[in-house]
Amino acid sequence: MTAASFALAGRALRVTLRRPQFLAPMLAFPSLLLAVNTGGLSQATQLPGFPPVPSFFDFQLAAAISQSLLLGGVGTGIAVALELELGFFDRLVAAPIPRAAIVAGRLLSASCIAAIQVTWFVGLDLIFGSGIEEGIGGLLIVYSISMIAGTGFAAIGITLALRAGNASTVQGIFPLIFVILFLSSAFFPEDLLTSPVDVIARYNPLSYVANGIRSPIIGAGDTETILLGYASAIGILAVFGALAVRALHGRIGDR
Amino acid sequence: MAAISAHGLERAFKGGIKAVDGIDLDIPEGEIYGFLGPNGAGKTTTVRMLVTLLKPTGGSATVAGHDVASNPGAVRSRIGVALQEAALDPLMTGNELMALQATLQGMRGQDAANKCVELIERVGLTDAADRRVGGYSGGMKRRLDLALALVHSPSVLFLDEPTTGLDPTSRFALWREVSRLRDEGTTVFLTTQYLEEADQLADRVGIICDGRIVAEGTPDGLKSEVGASHIEIALSEGVSAAAAEAALANLGTPMPATGRHDVSIRLKDPSTGVADAVRVLDDAGLSLDEVELVRPSLDDVFLEKTGHRLEGASDSPQE
Repeated sequence: MTAASFALAGRALRVTLRRPQFLAPMLAFPSLLLAVNTGGLSQATQLPGFPPVPSFFDFQLAAAISQSLLLGGVGTGIAVALELELGFFDRLVAAPIPRAAIVAGRLLSASCIAAIQVTWFVGLDLIFGSGIEEGIGGLLIVYSISMIAGTGFAAIGITLALRAGNASTVQGIFPLIFVILFLSSAFFPEDLLTSPVDVIARYNPLSYVANGIRSPIIGAGDTETILLGYASAIGILAVFGALAVRALHGRIGDR
Repeated sequence: MAAISAHGLERAFKGGIKAVDGIDLDIPEGEIYGFLGPNGAGKTTTVRMLVTLLKPTGGSATVAGHDVASNPGAVRSRIGVALQEAALDPLMTGNELMALQATLQGMRGQDAANKCVELIERVGLTDAADRRVGGYSGGMKRRLDLALALVHSPSVLFLDEPTTGLDPTSRFALWREVSRLRDEGTTVFLTTQYLEEADQLADRVGIICDGRIVAEGTPDGLKSEVGASHIEIALSEGVSAAAAEAALANLGTPMPATGRHDVSIRLKDPSTGVADAVRVLDDAGLSLDEVELVRPSLDDVFLEKTGHRLEGASDSPQE
C-alpha cells in the first residue's frame, strides 16, 4: 500500500461523504426495508424451522447490512465511472503512481464506508433490536465480515465501471442488487425457502456473508457459519479485486 | 537535448483510421511550441501520446529524454499536464486538489505544502483555495489546473487548448502565466485552435491538418512564406463580386472572402495599397462600402498550406 493509495482513499472517502445523494440511499433504503419487513413479517419467527432469535428485527439486520453493502458497491462503481466520464481518471493515470494504487485507494475507501454503514445499523439495533448477542467479540466479527464483503462488492462496482466506462451502465445494475439479495438466505432461513430459490441460495455467496454477519447478532454461536462468512467475503474480494485490477489494465493497457 | 522529439509518430484507431499520421517533432528546451489546428486535426491525440495516456501505433517519441512507450513512468514524473477539459473534482477544494496532486507526484511534508501555497498564490486563487471547485468560474478552474500541472516543477508542460471557452480577461491572464513559465525555462507544448493565441505566445508553430504537420516555423517566418498582404472589400448592394474580381485581376489573385466581405484579393505587389484598389473599382464603375488592407496571418498560412481557413473549421470531424 503506497502513500498514493492512502491519499486516493482519503480523497474518495471525503468526496463520498460530501455527496449525500450517494450515501443516503445506502442507509435509507435498507433501513426502510428493514422497518417494513420487521413490521409486517415479525410473526415469521413462529414458523416451524425458523431458528431461535431474539427478535425478527435482529434476524433481518444482517439482510439490511448486506443490502447496504451491495448498494455501496454500486455507489463505488458509479463514482469510478463518473471519474472516467469527467476525465479525473486521466489525471490519475497521468501521474507517476503504481496503477494498482488507483484501485487500492478506492477499495480502502470502500472498507471505511462499510464501517460507517455497519455503525448505522448497529446503532439501529441498539435502539430497536436487542443489541449484538455475542458482545464485543461478536461486534468485531460483524464489522470485519461486513468490511471485507463491502470492499469486495466495491471491487465488483469498480470492475463494472472500468469495463463499461460510463455511469449509466453501472447504475443499470441497481435492480440486480435486489434479485441477488432475494435469491439468498439473507431475508429468510434457507430451510424455509422453496425450490428453486433454496438451491440458488445455497450457491449464492451472499447467503454465507449474510449468515456470517447474522450469527453473532442473534447469538447462534455457530463458528462454522462465521468462518463460511469470512471465506465468502474474502473470496468475493479476492476474485473481484483481481478482476478490477485486470479491468484497469484492460482500460489503460493501451497507454 | 530536445525536450520533445518525435519521429513518424502515428496513432491509428479501430478501422484503421489514422488520427495522427507520421508526425515529426523536435522541440528544444525552453520553447513554447504552438500546435495549431482545427477540431479533429489530431492535436489532442498527439498530446495524449506524448503524455503517455495513449500508446503510439507507429513511430517513436521521447519527452524530457525518455521514450513515451518504453519508459512512460519516467516521462510522467517529468511532465505537467493540463488536458482539454479541466478534469477537476467539483467536490474538492483547490487546496485539497493541490495536496492530492503533490502526493501523487511523490512530494511530502513542508516542501510540498509550501509549493502548493506558492502556486495557489501565483495563479491568484488564494482567496478561493478553501472553496469547492464546483463553485469556480471557467477561468479559475483553468488556473487551478495550471497550478496542479506545475506542482512538481515539471521541465515540460503540456497545455491542451487551455483557453478554450475563457473570456478575454482570463485568456490574457493565462497567456501571461505561460509566457512567464517559458521565461523560467519550462518547455511548453501548447495546442490551440486560436490563431491569435499561437501568434502571441508561440516561439514556433506547427500546423496540423488531417493528422499531418503541414507547416512549421516561427509565426513571422510562416507569415512571410505566405507572401504579400491582401485586401478585403465589402461591395455596395447589387454590385457583382465577380465583376469586382475581374476588375481587380491586375492587382492580384482572388482568395475566398470571409465575414462581411465580398471580395478578397492577394496583392502581387506589396507596395500596392488600398488607394489602388479603390481607384480600379471606381474606374470600373463598381461602388464599395468598405475596403481593408490585411497583412498575412497564421490563418493565411493555414489557408495556403491546407486549402481552407482554420477559423470556422470547427465543424470538422471530432477527434
